[in-house]
Parts: sequence; C-alpha cells; structure tokens
Amino acid sequence: MHQPIKFYQTGTHTVGNRLLKPEQRTVQSDRSRSNSLNCGHRACQGCGEALGARYAIDAAMSAARRQLVAANATGCLEVFSTPYPESSWQIPWIHSLFGNAAAVATGMAAAMKVKNRGDVRVVAQGGDGGTTDIGFGCLSGMFERNDDVLYICYDNEAYMNTGVQRSSATPPAARTATTAAVGDAPGNVFGQGKDLPAIAMAHGIPYVATATVADLHDLEDKVAKAIAIRGAKYIHIFVPCPLGWGAAAHDTIRLARLAKETGLFPVFEAEQGEVTGILKIRRKLPVEEYLKPQRRFAHLFAPTPRPEIIARIQAIADRNIRRYGLLDEGAR
Amino acid sequence: MLKQIEGSHAVAEAVALCRPEVICAYPISPQTHIVEALGERVKSGALAPCEFINVESEFAAMSVAIGASAAGARSYTATASQGLLFMVEAVYNAAGLGLPVVMTVANRAIGAPINIWNDHSDSMSQRDCGWIQLFAETNQEAIDLHIQAFRLAEELSLPAMVCMDGFILTHAYERLELPSQEQVDRYLPPFEPRQVLDPAQPVTIGAMVGPEAFTEVRYLAHAKQLQALELVPELARDFKAAFGRDSGGLVRPYRMEDAEIAVIALGSVLGTIKDTVDEMRADGVKIGALGITTFRPFPLREVRDALARVKLYVVVEKSLAIGIGGIVATDVRMALAGRLHLRGYTVIAGLGGRPITKASLRRALGEAAAGRLERLHFLDLDRAVVDQVLAREKEVRRSGPIAEAVLRNVGVVGAKIR
Repeated sequence: MHQPIKFYQTGTHTVGNRLLKPEQRTVQSDRSRSNSLNCGHRACQGCGEALGARYAIDAAMSAARRQLVAANATGCLEVFSTPYPESSWQIPWIHSLFGNAAAVATGMAAAMKVKNRGDVRVVAQGGDGGTTDIGFGCLSGMFERNDDVLYICYDNEAYMNTGVQRSSATPPAARTATTAAVGDAPGNVFGQGKDLPAIAMAHGIPYVATATVADLHDLEDKVAKAIAIRGAKYIHIFVPCPLGWGAAAHDTIRLARLAKETGLFPVFEAEQGEVTGILKIRRKLPVEEYLKPQRRFAHLFAPTPRPEIIARIQAIADRNIRRYGLLDEGAR
Repeated sequence: MLKQIEGSHAVAEAVALCRPEVICAYPISPQTHIVEALGERVKSGALAPCEFINVESEFAAMSVAIGASAAGARSYTATASQGLLFMVEAVYNAAGLGLPVVMTVANRAIGAPINIWNDHSDSMSQRDCGWIQLFAETNQEAIDLHIQAFRLAEELSLPAMVCMDGFILTHAYERLELPSQEQVDRYLPPFEPRQVLDPAQPVTIGAMVGPEAFTEVRYLAHAKQLQALELVPELARDFKAAFGRDSGGLVRPYRMEDAEIAVIALGSVLGTIKDTVDEMRADGVKIGALGITTFRPFPLREVRDALARVKLYVVVEKSLAIGIGGIVATDVRMALAGRLHLRGYTVIAGLGGRPITKASLRRALGEAAAGRLERLHFLDLDRAVVDQVLAREKEVRRSGPIAEAVLRNVGVVGAKIR
C-alpha cells in the first residue's frame, strides 16, 4: 500500500500545482492520497481509464474520509485491475457482472443504511459499454429510485476489452471492429448513440457532471461534490484509449483536452436536471485537430479526404457549443 | 401461533421473522403476494432496520441482493418462471461469489407458450447453478424451510432457493403454525458474513480467475454443497427440537418400509401421491412414496438407501428435459448406479398447471406395475391432438404457430381436467 509518490504531471496544467496554496492543490498531488488503484495493474500504456479511475477514486476516498466501497462492471478496468490473485484495489471492491454495477451498488448502499454506516459512501463504476448499453436498465433504475450511489462512467467510446467494438457511446464516423471504415459513409453512422449525461439529467437526479482526464482540478472537484450529496449521482469521464483509438500513448491527456476545446465533449455539471456549471473552451479549435491524431478517423483524411463528413462532425461540436454556451461571447 | 393464512402471506411472515435487512421486490405471478406482504411490513416499521427496494427487473433484484449481501446484510428476494430466467446471470454470480442470499421461487412454467401456472421448469433450469434447492411439500413446510434456509445458507456462505408450487401452495389458504419471534431468534443467529465490503479491512471480491485456479474454485463450490448433505439433516433435527415439527431434511419416505414400488416426487404433488399410495395399499399393492426435499445438493446416498428394497420405481416430475425426458429421473438413476437393471419409469406430469389427479396417477402406476407403461410417459397427454398437429406439419409448410394449432385442435382454451 505504501509507495513513493511520483509527481509525473508536475509542470503541466493538470497536476503541476505545487505553487498553489495547499488547500487548492489536487488530491492527486497530495502525499496522503490513498492510491486506491495501486500501481502494478495491467492497463495499456497511456490508458485514460486507469488515469480517470485513479483520479476519481482517490478524490472520492478523500471526500469520503476513506469510508468508501465500490462496485465495478466487467470491462477493461475490472480486468486490468484484478488479475487473480492480485488486485490493484486498496479499497473494498466488488465485481459482479457486466450489466449490474449500478444495482449491486444499490444493494451496498441499502446495506450501509441498515447497518447504520451512513458514513460509508458507495461508488459504482463501469466503461461506456457497461453503462450506456448492457448496464443501462440497472443504471436507470438506480437513478429513478434516487439511490445513494455515485456512478462513474469511464467513456472511451467503444468496447475496448473485447477488441474495440462499437457501443452506443461510439461517435459518428469512428472506425471500430464492428463499424468498418469502408463504403460511402465509413465508420459509425451519424444520428445514433446515446447522450447519457442528458439521460441522467432527465431522471432529475441531484447531480450529473461530465469531466475529462485533462482537467484534474475540475474532475476532483466534481467527485468531491458528488460524494457530499445524498441520492443518485452520475459523473461521465472522457477517457481516451490509445489502443482502441489508434493514438499515441503520450497523447491521452492532449486528446482529452482537444475533445473539450473543440466542443465535441462538453464539460459541465447539472443539479436536479438543470445545468449549473460549464467549463468554458479556452481557445476554440477545429475538430480536425482532435480527429487527425487518431487512426479511428484516418479514413476521413486519406486516401480520399472527406471534408463533408468532417463538416458534419464540426456541426456536432458547434451545436454543443451553442447548446451549453461553451464559448464566452466575443471569444470566438 | 395457529393462523388461517394464504401460503404467500405465511412465507412473508416467516421471512419477516428471519429479520431480513434488504428485500428486493419485482412483481411476477405467482410470487407477488410474498413481496407485497413484506413491503407492507417494512413500510409499517415492523421490520426496521430493513430496506425494501422496488427494483426495475429480476436481474436487478438479484444484483441488489448480491451487493447487499456482500456488504453484510441479510438479503432476500422472491421470483418465479420468466423472472428466474431473467436473473440467471446474477443467480450464477451469487453462487460463484458465495453470497448467502435466500430466494423463494414460486414454481411456474416457462414460456413460450406463456403460461402462468405451476410446474418445476423454472427451478430445474437452475439446478446446476450452485444454489441449494429445497422443495416444500406443504405451506407449513414452506414456512419452516425458509427459516432453515437462512441458517443453512449463512453457515455455508452459499445462496439457497426455497421452491414452492405456484398457486397450489402460494395461493392456498390454510391453517398454519407460525413460530414466534423468540423461537426464530433462538434458532437463527445474526448474519456473520465470511466476506464483507468493509473500509476497515478492504477486500477485492469477484476477481478474474484463469485456468490456473478455476477448477479449484469450482471444486470448492461443489465441496460446500456436499457439506449441506451433512448440515441439512442437522438443521432439521435442531428445528424439530426448537419448533416441535418435522420439517426439511434431505428426503422424506412414506410407507416405504416394505414397498416394492416407489413413487418419487418433489413438492406439493406428494400429497396426491400419498393419497394414491394409501388407496393402492388398501388394494394390497406394496407401494410407497419418496419425497425429495433437498434437490441440490442431490442426496444420492439417501435416495439409494430408500430404494434399496424396491422392485421398480416411478419418478413423477413437473419438468421436462426436452430431448431426453426426466430431470429428477436422471439424478435418481445416478443414485442407483450399480443397480441399472432396476425398472424405472419417468412420468412427466402437471406441466403448465395441468392437474395431477389420483385417477390418472393410479392408472399410470398400475400400468408401471404391470410393465405396460412407456419408460417416458406423459401423464394425460392428448395423443390425438399431438398427432393431428404432427400430421398437419407434414402436409402444410406454413402450418402456423404451434401453440395456436394445439389450442385449435383441443377446441377449448383453459385448463383441461379429466
């Protein structure tokens, strides 16, 4: 459990905050962080999900004064963190099935209530497949009952554990193993998929937020806020997947930042179904900046450039910017 | 306390006496009255501390029970039929994780064709999932088995299913003995989990296990079930001492002392079978019955011993393994290894709620005794209807939906009683 603290991100926007006042620093930069997801796990180099889970669960542990239990859906996070008989988890952790993490967490929260352990906070976590597809029924049930659970979705936009197949979180035009980059309309089709943060908001639950692994302060703040709220909470974290996206391992943080800065992934928070906070775009960038470093979008640039498809993706980003007010007036 | 009460409500009272801490409820006939009654009790505060959770599916019901049990709470749910099938992945998971959830299965047929009436297809479909399976013969036994099931499940850290015939038991009103809270508290200690999600002692539950250890994990599940073969009779003895009633156990012989013919069955049909045995005994036939109360683990030794002196046996079962025949019969045959010459018959009866009458049983048992019964016999099968459908399928390519064709040929809709 005890390991030397390594300040990998020192000097970047994300963790380089040693110049801040101690109370403004991130949990992750704190010597007393819990290292909930310990080193030695089997995630790929540059795995956004490992990073997201580590940030989120350490922040949750801090906010919950280390009284935390977690349920985990089947998927990359589960597989890479618990190759029997080893476990990277330094917290009480259960994996049951692919589609039931939210319901298992509901049971855990109910047990804590009857055991008079209201101080113990309950987190459920899963990837986008386990959340937006197979676990959707249980998740919606947990939301609707307003069970005292924080559900965290690590969204890498496809089924990565099984070898990059399309999920209902896969973006249009993306190539996956089941949305081939062939034909007139290559990759995943337009006009499909689920906007899960919006669906979560439609349940009227106390708290919904989106975040990326590119903004640690924002992510940690949202997790801490969620942990303090009683009832159902949902945080949707954008986590690039170098292997599935065909991106460089060192570009994980950059791609997460580009997703936000292009407007493709709006970063916001909402309470009781109303948007209450927006992370503004600092410097708006065209979607090509985000698409180009990823081989899953390579067919949009070569051998035949597909500007009309890129324009449709740009239109999605522009709509997000309008809908959520991601740009300050006059900033564009 | 004696009480005139519906089977479902009696089970709800029994479960309530066991002080459950988390109850997951999803409606499905014929189980619904159980969770309704429990919901009312939780709402009234009588069961505090207890959480009653209205889930969105049976899959969620079992998943919530898994989470609650892993977090140290005594967890209960009830289901039937399609509901049991809908939760199957989680049913296996609860067993694989070794979580002592207790579940009532109000036995009902599985569709298609959709059918709400009683048979054992639902529980039988889960016979190999790692749960203990107890079958109640009467509503009194259903009450008693639930109390025993919590203790059994928690001692072994295995989930247990109490199976009771849908409608026949769940919806029958009769006079039952309901134990007092003090009696149950003395019999059933508080839940002390073997594994628990506790921040003070973090554990990982549900890790991935590869070929290097999977066989050992599975062997342990089997070994734990076999421990139940020792524990079930012990708990039944303790139960008798505490409550003054014979309930539970592995098998239940009836007039088997000098029997040459044994009728083997599970659940409420044993009542009809015992009446039939009495009538045939009065006519001089040396016949007895063997009820199997604990179906999983299967009491091979007890079944073998009970059948040691019989000349033939007939398994009457409310389920059908399509493509082979009997399910219970196959297990009985396992118990008779080394005595494969012993004449055995499988009588498939009561499917989808078809009444099993004494008259039909007597006829089938008489034919079995005379050596005239087919080895796999479908009690009261309307052969003419089946033949008509088969003939039509030969003649007409688009012969249409099967169930509708049968109903057309039968000419009636509803239960068929002879």
